[in-house]
Amino acid sequence: MSPTSEQLLTYADGALLLSHRLSEWMSNAPTMEEDIALGNIALDLLGQARGLLQRCAAEIGGDEDELAYFRDSEAFRNPLLCELPNGDFAHTMVRQLFADAWFAGVWAVLAADDTVDADVRGVAEKAIKENAYHWRHSSAWVVRLGDGTDESHRRTQEAVDALWPFRGEVASDEWYARIEPVLAEATLTTPGRDAWTQRGSADGWHTEHLGYLLAEMQSLARAHPGASW
Amino acid sequence: MSAWDVLATVPDPEIPVLSVVDLGIVRAVDESDDKRRVVVTLTPTYSGCPATEVIARDVRAALEASYDEVDVRTQLSPPWTTDWMTDAAKEKLRGFGIAPPAGRVTLPLLNTGAPAACPRCGSESVEELAGFGSTPCKALWRCRTCQEPFDYFKVH
Repeated sequence: MSPTSEQLLTYADGALLLSHRLSEWMSNAPTMEEDIALGNIALDLLGQARGLLQRCAAEIGGDEDELAYFRDSEAFRNPLLCELPNGDFAHTMVRQLFADAWFAGVWAVLAADDTVDADVRGVAEKAIKENAYHWRHSSAWVVRLGDGTDESHRRTQEAVDALWPFRGEVASDEWYARIEPVLAEATLTTPGRDAWTQRGSADGWHTEHLGYLLAEMQSLARAHPGASW
Repeated sequence: MSAWDVLATVPDPEIPVLSVVDLGIVRAVDESDDKRRVVVTLTPTYSGCPATEVIARDVRAALEASYDEVDVRTQLSPPWTTDWMTDAAKEKLRGFGIAPPAGRVTLPLLNTGAPAACPRCGSESVEELAGFGSTPCKALWRCRTCQEPFDYFKVH
């Protein structure tokens, strides 16, 4: 069955907001190399979001900028995970691990779906390879931090505990199968697959963090509608 | 000059040693019978690569000298891959100080490859400094022999 524009919007909004969150690290990352890595990943996600938003706009009206900059929080369909604040570096990496594992499944399904139009399939086929590099980065960091010093282990475990309740909108058997070996190698424990989870974005319910993110992301476009340079 | 010859003179803005033809992003060129109109189809390298729009603009500008009407189109599927770079292009990269992609893409992309040798001194003793580099297509590596850091064009 071909994905609905609502489903595509979920993927597009997830990529867009996660891209914005990662961009908040620019000039603040622990090292220069990490600044560059997070910038690159943010750029890939932004490109993926644009490709899908253009497709969504063709179906539901407007253009990619209107969808990105002129919708309010209740119209966003991203998994809550993607809008959560960066926290410390361990928190950002665990969030990225969870999101990368979700996107891996998303892109694989879209790329293999014959009913999807060529442009969406093209976005997915491209994103599969980009995602592989993102996953390589996030999983390496989670293992290094979790199986690192007492301090890095403590912070990474705190990140897993804090983010685990937000896995509900991205988790599947496949997702757990990707995540669990990494967390085990990182000597981290999880509350388990049956633990309670938060949901809401499908109905337009978001965390309190999204409003602040949108205020920053959208203010320029709203102050100068249609501006270009 | 044919449209392909013109395109062979349009450099990649980030890696000017390569033309857009070397890079393998030109998918099709269709000239009208009277040679006044041309349609060029490009495939972007990376989803968010900022060079994509610059390349489309440069391609248009280069062809407008020879054609009345230039149409630059984008085709996303099948996606660009480093497998489409010619061997000559890889040699140009090496000469420019960038280690070319080592190996072909196989999905799932579990083995992301490693440069065969330092592009400066040829030593095979190299190590990765960072998986991401100065542009989306590159990673940062270092030669253990000459100690020089260098860019590696990732298998993609």
